[in-house]
Amino acid sequence: MSKWTVSPSPHMLSSNSTSNIMFDVIVALFPALLVGIYVFGPRALIVTLVCVAACMLSEFVIRKLMKRDNTLGDFSAIVTGILLAFNLPPQIPLWVAALGSVFAIVVVKQLFGGIGQNFANPAITARIFLFVSFSTYMTTWTVPFGYQHMADAVASATPLVDIASANTLDLFLGNVSGCIGEVSAAALLLGGIYLSIRRVINPLVPLTFIGTVFVFTWVLGENPVNHIFAGGLMLGAIFMATDYSTTPATLRGKLIFAFGCGVITTLIRVFGSYPEGVSFAILLMNLITPLIDRCTQTKPFGAGGKQHV
Amino acid sequence: MAIIKSRKCLAGAHVAHHKNTTEKETKQLPLSKKVTIPLLQHMGAPCEPLVKKGDHVCTGQKIGDNSAFFSVPVHASCSGVVEDIVSFTNIVGATCKAVVLAVDEEQQQAPVSRPVIETREQFLDAVRESGLVGLGGAGFPAHVKFGYRDIDKVDTLVVNAAECEPYITADYRTCIEARQDIVDGVRAICKFLNLSRVFIGIEDNKAFAMEVLDEAFSPEDHVTVVSLPSVYPQGAEKSIIYATTGITVPRGKLPADCGVIVSNVSSVAHLGRYLKTGMPLIEKRITVDGDAVSDPQNLMVRIGTPVRDILTYCHVSEDDCGKVLMGGPMMGSALADIDAPIVKNNNAVTCFLEKSSLLPKTTACIRCSKCIGVCPMRLMPAKLEKAYDKRDAEQLERLCVDLCINCGCCSFVCPAKRHLAQKNQLAKAFLKELKSKEDKKA
Repeated sequence: MSKWTVSPSPHMLSSNSTSNIMFDVIVALFPALLVGIYVFGPRALIVTLVCVAACMLSEFVIRKLMKRDNTLGDFSAIVTGILLAFNLPPQIPLWVAALGSVFAIVVVKQLFGGIGQNFANPAITARIFLFVSFSTYMTTWTVPFGYQHMADAVASATPLVDIASANTLDLFLGNVSGCIGEVSAAALLLGGIYLSIRRVINPLVPLTFIGTVFVFTWVLGENPVNHIFAGGLMLGAIFMATDYSTTPATLRGKLIFAFGCGVITTLIRVFGSYPEGVSFAILLMNLITPLIDRCTQTKPFGAGGKQHV
Repeated sequence: MAIIKSRKCLAGAHVAHHKNTTEKETKQLPLSKKVTIPLLQHMGAPCEPLVKKGDHVCTGQKIGDNSAFFSVPVHASCSGVVEDIVSFTNIVGATCKAVVLAVDEEQQQAPVSRPVIETREQFLDAVRESGLVGLGGAGFPAHVKFGYRDIDKVDTLVVNAAECEPYITADYRTCIEARQDIVDGVRAICKFLNLSRVFIGIEDNKAFAMEVLDEAFSPEDHVTVVSLPSVYPQGAEKSIIYATTGITVPRGKLPADCGVIVSNVSSVAHLGRYLKTGMPLIEKRITVDGDAVSDPQNLMVRIGTPVRDILTYCHVSEDDCGKVLMGGPMMGSALADIDAPIVKNNNAVTCFLEKSSLLPKTTACIRCSKCIGVCPMRLMPAKLEKAYDKRDAEQLERLCVDLCINCGCCSFVCPAKRHLAQKNQLAKAFLKELKSKEDKKA
């Protein structure tokens, strides 16, 4: 044995790592979490902690059961936990939140091979699973700052139900009812800017998604500004339509994906029976991601125009 | 003349430059007691020894040659006595013979003289006799490149002084210290190959080299210095052709098919010097750097000098050092034995401390697509890796794995630390093997 280390080139690597990327996402989610706690009270924090704990525990247990290595260190389970909590109303029973987390990690992520292998976004799919299974819990909203007046469970419709009359500034800052993480467009945008600067996401993707919704709702005679600030659009566009595993690989593909998300979101919001369409739009586009990938492969340098797929 | 900025460039990775030795003037490394000169230092047929055990040879004397066209003669880098002729395995695993010389005190020089050249044939012969191979790293025989069958259609020379590898400044020092040799080399190539324009590509972190070369040429030379962004790998052949001339070299074609030949700046400088002195290629300018080297240097090293002697001269402690590279950190090869000799196409010895030698653990691909974004050849490394793991030859072919230039950008950026560049190399070897099996059947 020689004392010298022999390995293939390159011998110098960048400081990128999966855990750094996931850590950046967690940092970017923080402003929205703080606003969520401010608007909905400690309950929002408790729901988030329950989701994160349930995600981490289920990831640990399922990896153990499958005799795979422990992947808690990549922080992706924490990201899934926070994102799921952000998609839940603050008054959700904690066992429902935990159940959703287990579903996200075990069924959507790990059964398909774990990080990078799942075809659908775990947090979005878990939200839809909960929405279909527990629609009452999932549509019981709390008025903003209700916790300060001991009036926690006051039901109030989300602004999406009556989008035309909503106050734009309230939507932007987060003074509305809704899910924990989606109320403040401003806080989510801050996170989006951070992720773009850190080159974790390409800002063109959320811009295309949001821009498409803006243009289409405008064309259809709705209030486009309120549409882009309301509901889960910012959260979905910045944090979920940019998920690596479940969106196309090339920039061209990513933009097609974002455009499709925008169109479906608008159609559901304007014509559908649900007030919100972001989750369904992203999930549907997740499903056709392999197809988009196939049609948007890069053209290698000097390889000629013909690319037989 | 003017320095222009390249308008369009191929992608790459932002790799830290670590050019610590730009101001270090080249020093002559003292002669070793013993040098080992491999008889295969080029792409092509290995040379046969022209000397035998016990012979005395002079500096610059030809000691190996082969009548094959695709071969380049090898010369004695020092005077001394042939101690032995041994079997030698080079860094990529090819075997050849090597001449081991016991270096003497007298250092007699072979009677070399300035070559007399009037025709292109004489020029090509002189290039071959000078022992010149592509000094940028590939080791492609220069006379084969210059003597390409369609050389009459070539009108452009691209001089590669990009030097995009981190740490290395040997080419930069060549630009500063041997500017007249570069000018003479470029003029000779243009004259005998009938070329009408010259581009010199230099990364924009080497502004002084740009100025020096721009001033060294006169307007009749039709030389344009092109400033390239300092994004690795601007010095890759297809990248530098694209950035300087805008020409895309199609898959499976040579630059010469597109009217361009590329020569490394050190190759051009050697040629310029040879045409004046007749002394063949016996030494190379080498950058010695890396985090295990406390006093990084540029050294003029005789071919065949053991790497160990260079490390000793630079006070590199063998105990702290974990990895020694022949070349730079992006494309260099790790040595298993530091007695390996310096060969013609080496331009650096890079040493890393034990702690920076080990590769981090590989984790699952998260589909971040960073590898796609940095690939200068616009390949999809993550997809290629999957295709290779399945040994899917058809898919590898379709994804053009053959275009991979092994620059290492994909492995460099990968957050999961996957060995993407290595997989591409393996995939290329796999396709080659498959093809040779098919050819045998047919």
